[in-house]
Amino acid sequence: MHIVVCVKQVPDPSQARIDRDTGLVIREGVDKITNPFDLYALEEAIRLKESFGGQVTAISMGPPAAKEVLKDAIAMGVDSGILLSDRQFAGADTLATSYTLAQAIRKLGDVALIICGKQAADGDTAQVGPGLAANLDFSHVTQVRKIRQLNSTETVVERLTDTGYEVLGLRLPAVITVVKEINEPRLPGLRGMMRAKKAEIPLWDSQVLDVDPKRVGLNGSPTQVWRTFEPARHQKGEMLVGSPSEQAALLLDRLRSL
Amino acid sequence: MDYFLTEEQQMIKELAARIADERIRPVAAELDEREEFPWELMKVLGESDLFAVWVPEEYGGLGGGVFEQALVVEELSRACSGVAVSYAASGLGSFPILLFGSEEQKARYMPDIASGKRLAAFALTEANAGSDVSSIATTAIEDGDEYVLNGTKQWITNGGEADIYTVIAVTDKSKGARGASAFIVEKGTPGLSFGKKEKKLGIRASSTREVIFEDCRIPKENLLGREGMGFIIAMKTFDKTRPGIGAQAVGIAQGALDEAVQYARQRVQFDQPISSFQGIQFMLADMATQVEAARALVYSVARLVDSGARDVSRAAAMAKLFASDVAMQVTVDAVQILGGYGYMREYPVEKMMRDAKITQIYEGTNQIQRSIIALDLIKEAARKGK
Ligand SMILES: Cc1cc2nc3c(=O)[nH]c(=O)nc-3n(C[C@H](O)[C@H](O)[C@H](O)COP(=O)(O)OP(=O)(O)OC[C@H]3O[C@@H](n4cnc5c(N)ncnc54)[C@H](O)[C@@H]3O)c2cc1C
Repeated sequence: MHIVVCVKQVPDPSQARIDRDTGLVIREGVDKITNPFDLYALEEAIRLKESFGGQVTAISMGPPAAKEVLKDAIAMGVDSGILLSDRQFAGADTLATSYTLAQAIRKLGDVALIICGKQAADGDTAQVGPGLAANLDFSHVTQVRKIRQLNSTETVVERLTDTGYEVLGLRLPAVITVVKEINEPRLPGLRGMMRAKKAEIPLWDSQVLDVDPKRVGLNGSPTQVWRTFEPARHQKGEMLVGSPSEQAALLLDRLRSL
Repeated sequence: MDYFLTEEQQMIKELAARIADERIRPVAAELDEREEFPWELMKVLGESDLFAVWVPEEYGGLGGGVFEQALVVEELSRACSGVAVSYAASGLGSFPILLFGSEEQKARYMPDIASGKRLAAFALTEANAGSDVSSIATTAIEDGDEYVLNGTKQWITNGGEADIYTVIAVTDKSKGARGASAFIVEKGTPGLSFGKKEKKLGIRASSTREVIFEDCRIPKENLLGREGMGFIIAMKTFDKTRPGIGAQAVGIAQGALDEAVQYARQRVQFDQPISSFQGIQFMLADMATQVEAARALVYSVARLVDSGARDVSRAAAMAKLFASDVAMQVTVDAVQILGGYGYMREYPVEKMMRDAKITQIYEGTNQIQRSIIALDLIKEAARKGK
C-alpha cells in the first residue's frame, strides 16, 4: 500500500507573533518547523507501514528550504519525500494548494491513503485535506482519532466529535486528517537522520506536474485576506474584598449581571 | 568552544540534547521524587538508536566508541543524571563483552544491547568489597559443563531492570588477584534473584539493587575471556567507562551552570538583577571555566581511549576525578546563587547537587582515582630512572 502524508513547513507557533502595524506574521528570526499536527500524520503512516508493509511518501509544497521538513520526515521513518516548488506556486491559498498537491498525487498514481494533520498551525484553515479529496474524488473523513481497521479496499476510523466519536467506514482511496489523540509521534533515530542526510529530495515544478497555470499560486487563489490582527488582551482583574461571605455575595452579584 | 565534532557526532549530540530537553527535563523532578525507573525513556533512547553509538557495526551498532557515548551521557545528564546513568550502565555492562567476549558472545548479546531491547549491568561490588575489589566473596565453581555461582552483589546499577549481567566472581581463591573471572548471567536464570532496592541521595530514577546468586548455574560458555582474568577485565572496562562518568559530571555541572546564569539574570535584589553583582559574576565565571576545562579533558581522554592507545588508565582516572570534583563544586555554587530557592525542590539545582555527589564515588572513589594516577606517575618515573 502506498500512503502519502502531506506536510507543511510553518513558523514555530511558540515563537510566532504578528506585526501590529502591518498585520502580517513576523517570519524573521522565527524557526521553521514541521507543522506540529503533521507529525501525528507522519507517525500514523509509519505505524501503518510497520504493521501492514508498503511505502510512505511525504509531500510538501513550499520554497526550496521546505526540503528540511521532508528530510525530518525521512528521519522519522518515511521512505521518501517530494517537494513541489515553483515560483508559480507562491501565494497559494487552500484551493490552489489542494489542487497542486492533488496533481502530485495523481502523478504518483498508486496512492491508496492520504493522511494530513487536522490543520496547519499558521493558517489554521483545516481545508487542504478535504480539498485534496474533492480534487481527487477520494472519500474522506476529518478529525480521525483512531484507525480501527485497514485493508486494501477500505478502512474503518473513529472521528472525534464535540460529544464523543463516530465510527465511519471509507472506501479506498481515501483522505483522512488526524488529531493529536491518535498517537504520540516518535523522535527521529540516528539511523533515520543519517539516511535523511543522504536522501535526495526530488523537486517537482510546474513543468513536471503539468498544472493549469490559472489554478496554482496567486492566480489560482480566490481567497483574499482583508486584515489580520492580534486581538488585544483584556486582562483587567478585579479584586473582591471583604469577609469571605461578603466576597461570595459580591461575586454572585457580578456573575448575575454578566 | 568548538570541539570539532564530525557530522555524525554533531547529530548524536543534537539528538541526545533534544531528547534531554523535550522528554527528560519535564519529568526529571517527578522521577526523582518517585524513585521510579525510567523505562519509557529507555525505550525512547533505544528507538533513537542511542544505545547503538558505542557498538561496532557488525554487532548492530553504529560503530562509534567511548567519545560518542560520552556525548550522549553529557547531554542526558544536563536534564537528569539518573536517566543518564541508567543508559550508561548498559555500556558498563557491555564493555566486558565487547573487550573480551568471543565472536559468539558478541553476536549473541550485543545486537539487543545496541537496539536498547535489553539493558546490561555490571556486578562487581559486594558488602565487604568496595574499593578493595580483591576481597569479593562471590564464587563460581566449575561443575561439568557449568559454573555454579553463589554470593551477593550490592549496589548494582540497573539491577533487576537489566537482562544481561556481567559478573566478577572468584573461581580460585588460592590464586588471589588472579583467582577471579568474569561471566555473563542472563536474567531469568534459575538461582538469580534481586534483593533490596536502595533509597538514595541522588540519581534516584536509577535502580541500585542487590543481585543475588544462589546455586545459580550458567553454561560454561558464559565465561568471558579465560579463567583468572576477572580483575583485568574489570580494570580494562573501567578504562572505557570512566570518561563516561566524567561526561556525566560535565553534564550535571553544565545543567547547574545554565540554571544559575538564567536565575541570576532574573532575580532582582537591591533593585538590580543579582547578575550585576561582581560577587555573583565571579562565581559564574569560575563555574563556566571549570566546566569547560572538565569537558576538554573528558573529550580528549575519550578520544585517546578510542584511538586504541595502550595504558590509558591514568588518563581515564583523571577525566573521572577532575570532572566529578568540578560537578560537585559547581552544583554547590549553583545552589548558593539561587539562594533559598536553590534549596527548594521546586528548582532543579538541589537535585543536581545531590546527583553530582555520586560521580565522586562510583566506578572507584576519587581517592582511588588519585591512587591510580599517583602510582602510574611513580611507576613511570622509576622506569625512566633506570
Ligand atoms: C549509587 C551507586 C551505584 C553503584 N553502581 C555499581 C555498579 O553498577 N556495579 C558495581 O559493581 N558497583 C557499583 N557501585 C559500587 C561503587 O563502585 C562503590 O561504592 C565504590 O567503589 C566505593 O566502594 P565503597 O562504597 O565500599 O567504599 P569504601 O571502599 O568502603 O571506601 C570508603 C572510603 O574510604 C576510602 N578509601 C578506601 N580505600 C582507600 C585507599 N586505599 N586509600 C584511600 N582511601 C580509601 C574511599 O575513597 C572512601 O572515601 C555503586 C555504588 C553506588 C553508591
